[in-house]
Amino acid sequence: MDIPYAEEVRPDTGLTNGKIAIWLFLASEVMLFGALFASYILIRTGAESWPRGDTLLDVPLATFNTIVLITSSITMVMAWASLMRNRFGTYRIYMGATILLGFVFLTVKYFEYSHHLSLGEFPSTNNFLAVYYTMTGLHMLHVLGGMVVNAYFWGPGATLWKTNPVWFTNRVEHSGLFWHFVDLVWIFLFPTLYLL
Amino acid sequence: MTSDHAAAPMTSDHAADIDKHVRVYITVFVALMVLTVATVAVSYLDLSVPMAVTVALIIATVKGSLVACYFMHLISEKKLIHAVLILTAVFFVALILLPILTVNDSFGIDG
Amino acid sequence: MSEPPVVAAMPTVAHDAHHEELSFWRKYVFSTDHKVIGIQYCITGLVFLLFGFSLMMLMRWQLAYPETALPLLGFLGAERMPGGTMLPEFYNSLGAMHGTIMVFLGVVPLAVGGFGNFVLPLQIGAPDMAFPKLNMISYWCLFLGGVIMFASFFAPGGAAQSGWTSYTPLANIATTGQTWWLVGMVFLITSSLLGAVNFITTTIQIRAKGLTFWRFPFFVWTQFVTAFLLLLAFPPLESAAVMQLMDRLLGTSFFLPSGLVVSGQVLEVAGGGNPLLWQHLFWFLAHPEVYVLILPAMGIIAEVITNNTRKPLWGYRSMVYSLIFLGFMSFIVWAHHMFMTGMGTAMATFFQTTTMIISIPSVVILTSLIISLWGGSIRFNTPMLFAIGFLPMFGIGGLTGLPLAFNVPDIPLHDTYYVIAHFHYVVAPGTIFALFAGIYYWFPKATGRMMNETLGKIHFWGSFVSMNVVFMPMFIIGLAGVSRRLFDGGATYTFAEPILHWNVVSSWGAWALGIAQIPFIFNFFRSIRNGEKSGDNPWQATTIEWAAPSPPPHGNFAVAPEAHRGPYEYSVPGAAKDFQPQHEA
Repeated sequence: MDIPYAEEVRPDTGLTNGKIAIWLFLASEVMLFGALFASYILIRTGAESWPRGDTLLDVPLATFNTIVLITSSITMVMAWASLMRNRFGTYRIYMGATILLGFVFLTVKYFEYSHHLSLGEFPSTNNFLAVYYTMTGLHMLHVLGGMVVNAYFWGPGATLWKTNPVWFTNRVEHSGLFWHFVDLVWIFLFPTLYLL
Repeated sequence: MTSDHAAAPMTSDHAADIDKHVRVYITVFVALMVLTVATVAVSYLDLSVPMAVTVALIIATVKGSLVACYFMHLISEKKLIHAVLILTAVFFVALILLPILTVNDSFGIDG
Repeated sequence: MSEPPVVAAMPTVAHDAHHEELSFWRKYVFSTDHKVIGIQYCITGLVFLLFGFSLMMLMRWQLAYPETALPLLGFLGAERMPGGTMLPEFYNSLGAMHGTIMVFLGVVPLAVGGFGNFVLPLQIGAPDMAFPKLNMISYWCLFLGGVIMFASFFAPGGAAQSGWTSYTPLANIATTGQTWWLVGMVFLITSSLLGAVNFITTTIQIRAKGLTFWRFPFFVWTQFVTAFLLLLAFPPLESAAVMQLMDRLLGTSFFLPSGLVVSGQVLEVAGGGNPLLWQHLFWFLAHPEVYVLILPAMGIIAEVITNNTRKPLWGYRSMVYSLIFLGFMSFIVWAHHMFMTGMGTAMATFFQTTTMIISIPSVVILTSLIISLWGGSIRFNTPMLFAIGFLPMFGIGGLTGLPLAFNVPDIPLHDTYYVIAHFHYVVAPGTIFALFAGIYYWFPKATGRMMNETLGKIHFWGSFVSMNVVFMPMFIIGLAGVSRRLFDGGATYTFAEPILHWNVVSSWGAWALGIAQIPFIFNFFRSIRNGEKSGDNPWQATTIEWAAPSPPPHGNFAVAPEAHRGPYEYSVPGAAKDFQPQHEA
C-alpha cells in the first residue's frame, strides 16, 4: 500500500509528510531542552553561590567545539545542496565531513569529561556540575543519534539515490534539519554553561 | 562517483536557485564564526551578571536565528510550519518564565 | 452486507501490484496496519485498566476495614500482606501504581492509541497512518513501558510508592521501584511523542479529497488537538524524569535541598536543589494530560450523540473553537495544583484566572452536547446510554473543580478526598463511560459483529449506579477534611469519626462496580464469534469509517473515498433517508 505525499508535496499544504513530521519532532525537542534550561534558571537563581562557567570549564576547547559544530552544519546543508545539484559524489564528501566533524565534537567532549572526572568533579559534586553533565550529556546523545542517521544516509541508505532520488534528497534534508537543531541547541548551551 | 540516473531531484528549487542559496549559506557561516568570536570576546569584558546574560542571549539568538532561517530554510518555509513553531515558542516562554516567577513571587507573603 | 476483503485487483490509492502473504507474526503481532495496532492498544489498555482497577479494589478493602486480614491475600507475601493484612508501604505502592497505570497504561492507550489509531484513518478516508512503521514502534514502546511498570511490583522494596505524582524529595529516597517507574515513564512518553507526530501528520496530509478541516467529524478534531498536547507537554516530564534518575542513580541534587534530614540523619548530598522544580515540570505535563484524558472522550460522545439523535451536532463550530482554545489554555494553568507550595498572591492570581477561563470552553462543549439532544429522535442503545450518562457525570466532575480553581477554597480541599472525587467523576463515569460508548459503537466496524444489547444495558446501569456509590461519598469525607493517601482512610483522626462509615459504602460500591464489568467482559469476547452480523453500517451513520467493510481490509477502502459534505448530515429536509453519508456522491 502506498501512503500519499511521502515524496511529492500535498498541493494545499505544500509539504511532504516527512517535512511536517521532522518539524513536529523538533518542536517537541524545543520543549525537552526548554525544560532543562528552565531547571537551570530555577536552580541557579535559588543557589547561594554559583561559579562562573569559565572558572570550572575549558572555554578554548568548547569554543573549538562550537566552531566544529557550526562547520558541520554548513557541510550538512552543502551535502543536501549537492544532491539538489545532482552531484552525488560531492554529497558523499560533504556528508562524510559532517559525520567526521560530529566525531571530533564527541572526542573533545570525551576528553573534557575525562578531565573533570579525573579531578573528582562528578555530577554529584555540586549543582553546577550536575546541570553541566546533564545538559551536555543529553546534547551529546542527540549528536550521536544524528551521526547514526547521517552514517546510514552516507552508507547503506544511499542506495535509495539510485531508485528514488527525490525521496532520498528529502530524507537527507530532514536529517539535516535535525542536525542543525542540535547545532542550535549548542549555540545556546555554550555561552550559558561556559561563559556566564 | 556520480550516479548515472536521469534528471536532477525535482523540488520547487532549480539549479540556479541552489547557487544563490549556497552563497547565502557561506555568508551565514562567516557571520556565525564572527559571532562566535564575539560571544567569547564579550565574556572577557567582565560585565555584571544581568548584562552578561542579556548580551550573551542576544548574540546566541542572532546566531540561532541565522541557523534556523537559512540552514533550516525557515525563512521560506510554509505557514503551517511557522504556526507550529510560534505555538511552541509561546509554550517555551511559559515554561521558562512561569516557574521562576512562581517560586520568587512574594506578594502577600510576610517576612 | 459485509463484502470479502478486496485487495490487489481493484484500483485503489496507488495500491501495490502484488501482496505477499505476511507471516502470522507480521500480520498480528508486528503489524504496521493501523487497525491491528489500534486493537493491540485497546487490548493492552483494557488489560491494564482491569489491573489498575484490581489494585484499587484491594486498597478499598484496607480503607473499609483498616488492618483487618483478608486471608486469601496472604499469598501476596510477607512484604505486602503478611497474613492477609496490608502493610502501609504496600498500600502506598497500590495508590501510586493505580494512578499511574490508569492514566498512562489504561485510559491514554485506549482513548488515543486505541480509538485514535483504529478510527482516525478510517474517518478521514485514509488507507493508513502517514508512518505505519513508526506507529508499530509506538505501540511496542508502550508495551515495554507497561512491562517495566508491571515488573516494578517485584523490585526489592516494591513498586513506586510516592504517589503517581512522584513528588520529590520523597521520590528521590524511595525504594528501587521508583527507578523502574522513571524508566517506564521514559518509554511511555516516547510512545506518545512518536504517536503524536504520526497523528498530526496523518490528519493534515492523508485526509481524503474534499475533506476540509471544517468537514472533520468532531472526533478527528479532538484527536488532533490531543496530539498537540502530547507533543508539547510530555517532553518536560521526560527531562524531569532524567533529572530524577540522575538524583537517584548518580547522586545529583536537582530536587534535593540542602540539609535534608532523612530518618534523623542529614543526607550526604551536595544539596542546593529545589523540590518545587519537580512539581513545576511534572504538572506542566500533568495538567495538559488531564485534557488528553477527556478530549478524545468528548469526541466519542459527539459521534455517538449525533448518530443516535439523527441530528447534526449543535454548535459544531463553537465546539471546535472551544476545543482549540481549551488545548491552548491547558498549558498555562498547571500551578493550580501547587497553590499550597507557598506561592505569593500575584502568581496565584494568574493561575486562578487562567483556570477559571479554561472552564468556559469546557462548559461550551458540554452544553452543546446537551443541547444536541433537544428535538432528536433518540435511540437508547448501549452506546447512547453511556453517552447520555457521561453528560451529568462530567458536569458534576467539572463543576466540583471550580472551588479547587481558587487558592483560598483550595486550602481546606487540597489533598483531600474531595479532589479524588472531583477528578474521578471526570475520568471514571466521564472518560471511561465514553470509552465504553466507543467500544460498543465501533465494535461492529472492527469485528463485523454487534455486541449484545441486553448485556450492554446491564453493564451500563450497574456501572452508572455503582460509580456514584463509590465517588459521591468522597465529596462528603473530603469536605469533612479527610486527606487522601491515608493508609487507614482517616481512622486515626477523631474529626473523621462521624463520617468514616462512608469508606465502607465506597468500598462496597467499588466491588459492585467490579462485578458490573463481568457482563461487559463476557459480552466482548462472546460477540467476537457469536455476535449478530453487523454489515458495514449498522448504526446508519454518516462518517466515512462506515463506508469501509466491517472489518476493513488492509488499505481500508477499495476506492479512495471523497468527502462531499459535512460530517453530520442527518435528517436533511426533503432527503430520501434520514442520513446522508459524507462520502456519498
